Amino acid sequence: MIKVERLIKTFGTTKAVDGISFEVNEGENMVLLGTSGCGKTTTLKMLNRLIEPDSGTIAINGKNIHDQPAELLRRGIGYVLQNNGLFPHYTVAENIAIVPNLLKWDKAKTQKRIDELLEKLHLSKDYLNTYPNELSGGQQQRIGLARALVADPPVLLMDEPFGALDNVTRSKIHAEFLALDELKRKTIIMVTHDVQEAFELADRIALMDKGKIVQIGTPADLLFKPANDFVSDFLKEQHLQLEFKIIKLIDIWEHLPDTGKKTNTSQLSAKAGIWEALETFKFSSRESLDIFDEKSKEVKGITFDQLMAAFSKYKTHKAHE
Amino acid sequence: MNEHQQTLWEFMQQQADKLGVQTMQHIGLTFISLFIAVLVGLPLGIYITRKKQLSGIVLGIAGILQTIPSIALLGFMIPVLGIGAKPAIVALLLYALLPIIRNTYTGITGVDASVKEAAVAMGMNKWQVLFKVELPLAMPVILAGIRTATVINVGVATLASYIAAGGLGEFIFGGISLNNTNMILAGAIPAAALAILFDFLLSRLQRLNFKKIKGAVKMAPVLLILLSGLYFIPSAYGSKLTAGFTPEFMGRQDGNLGLISKYGLKIHTIVINDAVMYKAAQEKELDVISGYSTDGRLKAYNLVVLDDDKKIFPPYYAAPIVREDALRKFPELEKTLNLLAGTITDSVMTELNYKTDYLHQTPERVAKDFLVSKKLYKPERGGHEAVVRIGSKIFGEQYILASMYTMLIKGYTNYDVATKTGLGGTKIVFDAMTNDQIDVYPEYTGTGLLAILQTPTQTVTKLQVSKDSTYNYVQAEFKKRYQIKWLKPIGFNNAYALMMREQQAKELNIKTISNLKRYLDSK
Ligand SMILES: Nc1ncnc2c1ncn2[C@@H]1O[C@H](COP(=O)(O)OP(=O)(O)OP(=O)(O)O)[C@@H](O)[C@H]1O
Ligand SMILES: [Mg+2]
Repeated sequence: MIKVERLIKTFGTTKAVDGISFEVNEGENMVLLGTSGCGKTTTLKMLNRLIEPDSGTIAINGKNIHDQPAELLRRGIGYVLQNNGLFPHYTVAENIAIVPNLLKWDKAKTQKRIDELLEKLHLSKDYLNTYPNELSGGQQQRIGLARALVADPPVLLMDEPFGALDNVTRSKIHAEFLALDELKRKTIIMVTHDVQEAFELADRIALMDKGKIVQIGTPADLLFKPANDFVSDFLKEQHLQLEFKIIKLIDIWEHLPDTGKKTNTSQLSAKAGIWEALETFKFSSRESLDIFDEKSKEVKGITFDQLMAAFSKYKTHKAHE
Repeated sequence: MNEHQQTLWEFMQQQADKLGVQTMQHIGLTFISLFIAVLVGLPLGIYITRKKQLSGIVLGIAGILQTIPSIALLGFMIPVLGIGAKPAIVALLLYALLPIIRNTYTGITGVDASVKEAAVAMGMNKWQVLFKVELPLAMPVILAGIRTATVINVGVATLASYIAAGGLGEFIFGGISLNNTNMILAGAIPAAALAILFDFLLSRLQRLNFKKIKGAVKMAPVLLILLSGLYFIPSAYGSKLTAGFTPEFMGRQDGNLGLISKYGLKIHTIVINDAVMYKAAQEKELDVISGYSTDGRLKAYNLVVLDDDKKIFPPYYAAPIVREDALRKFPELEKTLNLLAGTITDSVMTELNYKTDYLHQTPERVAKDFLVSKKLYKPERGGHEAVVRIGSKIFGEQYILASMYTMLIKGYTNYDVATKTGLGGTKIVFDAMTNDQIDVYPEYTGTGLLAILQTPTQTVTKLQVSKDSTYNYVQAEFKKRYQIKWLKPIGFNNAYALMMREQQAKELNIKTISNLKRYLDSK
């Protein structure tokens, strides 16, 4: 869907982006991860031509993006900024309607689409006539997302979209983000320097350093098959937590005994990560938890200790693979 | 003087027509120039946000324009644009530019970069970014600039009267020259009120929220044009010739009022500053001007004085005046000062003034050349017996006379001389004399009569018939009141005069003010 080849951008003497190539498949969520100043933003902005590269090519759907007027290109690409970039002089409704107006949609269509998006993003219609400065940071960020999504662009670029939010709000929005079917169809490139966020949201991660991509792959690839010391060092501190996040219950299914003790009150899908199971234990303070595999229709009741034992068995197996 | 003192309110009522016209002209001038300044400044301000390397130069030039003193700027305009509304509007426009350009520039560059980036990223073209994002967000700052420019313009527009563009300055400067407080206030209070009013209205506009400002900004051009139009409502009535009179001349009995009452002169008149009046006459912007009969510019610009055949202008014969105790202290002094008596006629004084004012010769040189030509010059004796202190007012003629007296005293007596020249106006130099700061300075009979003695109107009317009666009257009064003696007149009469271009006067066969009236009345 998006193909980037040998992209170079220099600012004065700084090589901000130094020969980057990667591909993003349709519907995929690619995260550009790396420390501050490694060239993530620069890379992202070259995709919608906010920055023009010194050399290299970018093609979307096989079409070189420099073969069309920048304005038209941009109207087909959603863009979400870290500090949202909402127009302070526009109401929420007007902000969301910017692209539809540029595309000359009729009023009714725009209105219908705005209503639909507000509902999906859990925003009250009461906000439509307020100005952005009357909203909380989290609400503003959702409006920013709505604005980017309104014309249903196939591609979405996000530059640290949740960077300005506190942790609680951020994990809430993460969950919504993953649940939003509107986003499931989209090809998304997201910039972040937050490893947790990258691991939660990414299909694949491109880890960058000094203008270059060090490793590109799934979260599990980066975690278990680091290309070099830079990658393992980068993830070292949060390694265990990341493992809990990316290893799913289904992965350790075979190591989990069935206690037969079903509580039958609520079940956790086996597709969930271990992290989620741990959180459930933490918040419900229950002895055991029912997990459910949709495929085999099998249900297991597990305790915390059993979960941890299965996890460590899985790890030893994995290490000997 | 026994008339009852007019109150400001009475004055304003009496002059309501004029006040109305001046106020409308004032508003008109302010907003025409403001309108053009916005038309020029706004695009220029926007342009330099796009070409940042030019911003320094453009803001620099606009800044320098602003530091040019208003009078000087108006003066520069005359050769290019003549007098009247045009140069005044251009000058005002130049003053208004800086705040408008600067605030447009800072307003737009101050728009949050991420908002601009969002606008671009959503696919707006550069015009859409400008009109939908940058200008609306910069609008409060731009309006602040326009507000500053408006207040500046209301102030500077008072100076427009210097170059015959009208406005409330006519009262203000007329009042200053005539020492008429009511007149000054009748101009100054409305001018200040206008400044406060417009400032207030614009501050309200600035505080409107974004929604309402959209409508308000759309109405602004219409409003500006309407206000600008006020200038043209009091359109001047035409006549064959145009006169330009100083504000002072306009309000004096021995000036325009006398021309109207004694001669019945009806001429299209505009008020203009002395500094540009002669030039405007030469450039045919004006046909008749008020001036002083020995002014060097008379010669420089080929003007002739019309004979005051009904004697409305009191004589202003020049003579040295000396404190009587100084005459006792310096026995030689009177004799020496009188050497000059009767030697300088009107045309000679005009010539001498011309040499200093236009040929830029020093007063000393002009004085010496004259004395040499009259065979009055003697080299300095270098005496130190006593020191005579000579004063002068702050214009060329007085400097020349002071130099002549200095040379005469040094050449004919053993006294030394200390000069205190450039003592401002009549009041300053006369106070210096009564306070024993100076011993002698050249004064004019008319000034003595009107400004110093404040002689009542009836007496003045009686005296005006002959030059001698005026001289005798002031001599006697000065002796009685101040113990100051008027020595013999030098000869010339530096009185008010009406003047025209020599050629035009000849063509129309106008020699006297009565001739002028006859010509104006003929069809
Ligand atoms: N407009 C610019 N002019 C000059 N240098 C720039 C410009 N934009 C970026 N750079 C430099 O290029 C490098 C990469 O910048 P970039 O903004 O892409 O980093 P980033 O990975 O997004 O960092 P962060 O996480 O802090 O946002 C940095 O060294 C930065 O200083
Ligand atoms: Mg960045």
